[in-house]
Amino acid sequence: MARAVSRQRSLLTGILAWTLGLLIFFPILWIVILSFKSEGDAIATPFAMLAAPWTTEAFATVQERSDYLKHFWNSVVVSLGSTLIGLLIAIPAAWAMAFVPGRRTKDLLMWMLSTKMMPAAGVLVPMYLIFRDLGLLDTLVGLTGVLTLINLPIIVWMLYTYFKEIPGEILEAARMDGADLRREILYILAPMAVPGIASTLLLNVILAWNEAFWSLRLTASDAAPLTAFIASYSSPEGLFYAKLSAASVMAIAPILILGWFSQKQLVRGLTFGAVK
Amino acid sequence: MGKITLRNVAKRFGEVAVIPDIDLDIDEGEFVVFVGPSGCGKSTLLRLIAGLEDVSGGTITIDGVNATELPPAKRGLAMVFQSYALYPHMSVRKNIAFPLKMAGLPPEEITRKVDAAAKVLNLTNYIDRRPGQLSGGQRQRVAIGRAIVREPKAFLFDEPLSNLDAALRVNMRLEISELHQTLKTTMIYVTHDQVEAMTMADKIVVLNAGRIEQVGSPLELYRSPRNLFVAGFIGSPKMNLLGGAAAAAEGAATIGIRPEHLAVSATGGLWSGTVGISEHLGSDTFLHVQTDHGTLNVRTGGEVGLHHGDSLWLTPERDKLHRFDAQGMRI
Repeated sequence: MARAVSRQRSLLTGILAWTLGLLIFFPILWIVILSFKSEGDAIATPFAMLAAPWTTEAFATVQERSDYLKHFWNSVVVSLGSTLIGLLIAIPAAWAMAFVPGRRTKDLLMWMLSTKMMPAAGVLVPMYLIFRDLGLLDTLVGLTGVLTLINLPIIVWMLYTYFKEIPGEILEAARMDGADLRREILYILAPMAVPGIASTLLLNVILAWNEAFWSLRLTASDAAPLTAFIASYSSPEGLFYAKLSAASVMAIAPILILGWFSQKQLVRGLTFGAVK
Repeated sequence: MGKITLRNVAKRFGEVAVIPDIDLDIDEGEFVVFVGPSGCGKSTLLRLIAGLEDVSGGTITIDGVNATELPPAKRGLAMVFQSYALYPHMSVRKNIAFPLKMAGLPPEEITRKVDAAAKVLNLTNYIDRRPGQLSGGQRQRVAIGRAIVREPKAFLFDEPLSNLDAALRVNMRLEISELHQTLKTTMIYVTHDQVEAMTMADKIVVLNAGRIEQVGSPLELYRSPRNLFVAGFIGSPKMNLLGGAAAAAEGAATIGIRPEHLAVSATGGLWSGTVGISEHLGSDTFLHVQTDHGTLNVRTGGEVGLHHGDSLWLTPERDKLHRFDAQGMRI
């Protein structure tokens, strides 16, 4: 009896999970299908569209019209760059907050997080003007800098949570053993926090890769990453569904593949410390 | 090497003075035990000497050099933590080698020293394992190995045996004492277990509420405790403390007599009483005797023929009687 109930329940949760999964995945699936249709078929009714012949025409046009590799490279530079610089700043910061907290550490953490609650549009004009005056518009340096700053609070928060899990006595032992601060972080803290640092890195690469608000507004062509490359297919001449979808597929494919291979690490990192 | 002097050392956490003012001299090669109840400041004192906490006042001198402001690494001391604090991502070899690597020794010398330490501590067979794959006793040995390879001026032990089971604790206690005999290096050992203090120490420092109650050899503390706190803390089972008429008869506010210094007689003595609980340990029997002055703990031979409810007489050995005044100080 109990067995029948539990089987029913697992079947039910299974169906629910799959439905949810499909619901989330559906737009991506639809984009992939659209990208393999001709421009004319793409705007037909869904059934007609599905029945239409498959073609790679849209990909060919996209590759012809814009330099995919340049945007891809820009995305790589910006997402990896901002994450690595962010980690370099955040590791010592999180160390200090986790192991030598002051009276205001908690407030500081909350304040850092609160910057994420501010709508980005609120600072768009000043940011734009600063970028213009410093000559940073449409440069990789500028965009990397801005993405570093945007994601820094998240990086610090995540690392702080992981570092809190590491017993302070181990770091004290390292200090007794003659390690200065740099070597304490390098040889003891960082290796022990590798799972946490890795998942922080992955999550931030994904966030930076997908970032569109600032990428679209602060870049034009030279430093435009893949998000700007997608947006360029929604133009005043009209929407070209097939080409837009092809561009989207090309933009998200690398990060999807990265996510697929690192999902175990990612999930482990995000739930780290949840169960002791 | 290994002479440590504390002068007017104080530690405050905000408004709370954990250690108000301490003077202490630790001689070269001495095995000093800090003992006291939880929260008495013994671990804090050790951490001040280690440099893991900053002093709020006073000076700490190590081998004639003022070390008060020196970072832990520059003090030349090694510490063994209660939790062992091994580096979980490193093998036993790398754990032991870590301080030598930090000191910048050449790799061949590191290997030679690590191998030697592993041999002394019976760790050779586990040298490539990670701490997670070792038992509690083995981990403790790795922690000690990591401390001895550096050849420090002094070893600091912070309750190193409290995570081990009873049998292992006795073994490790002997091993640490043995190590002290071999190395002849100054050791400072923190414990709340007065048996560890009595068995291991050359010199015991009894702490209470951040103050030193008494400093002396185990037998000095046992024979002539300076005050009621030390009298009650040192010795197992505890000293019997009596007030009232029994004390007044001796011209004191409180008198103390250890369980082993009470003579039992069926026919006559100073205090009459009735046997309550008796604890048979084989070698000894501890009788809890109800008297007019309260329950007294009495140590007798293993084969004693007394039972619950039996009447008897107790007489303290006169020269083993401790007398304390109203302030709790020894008379």
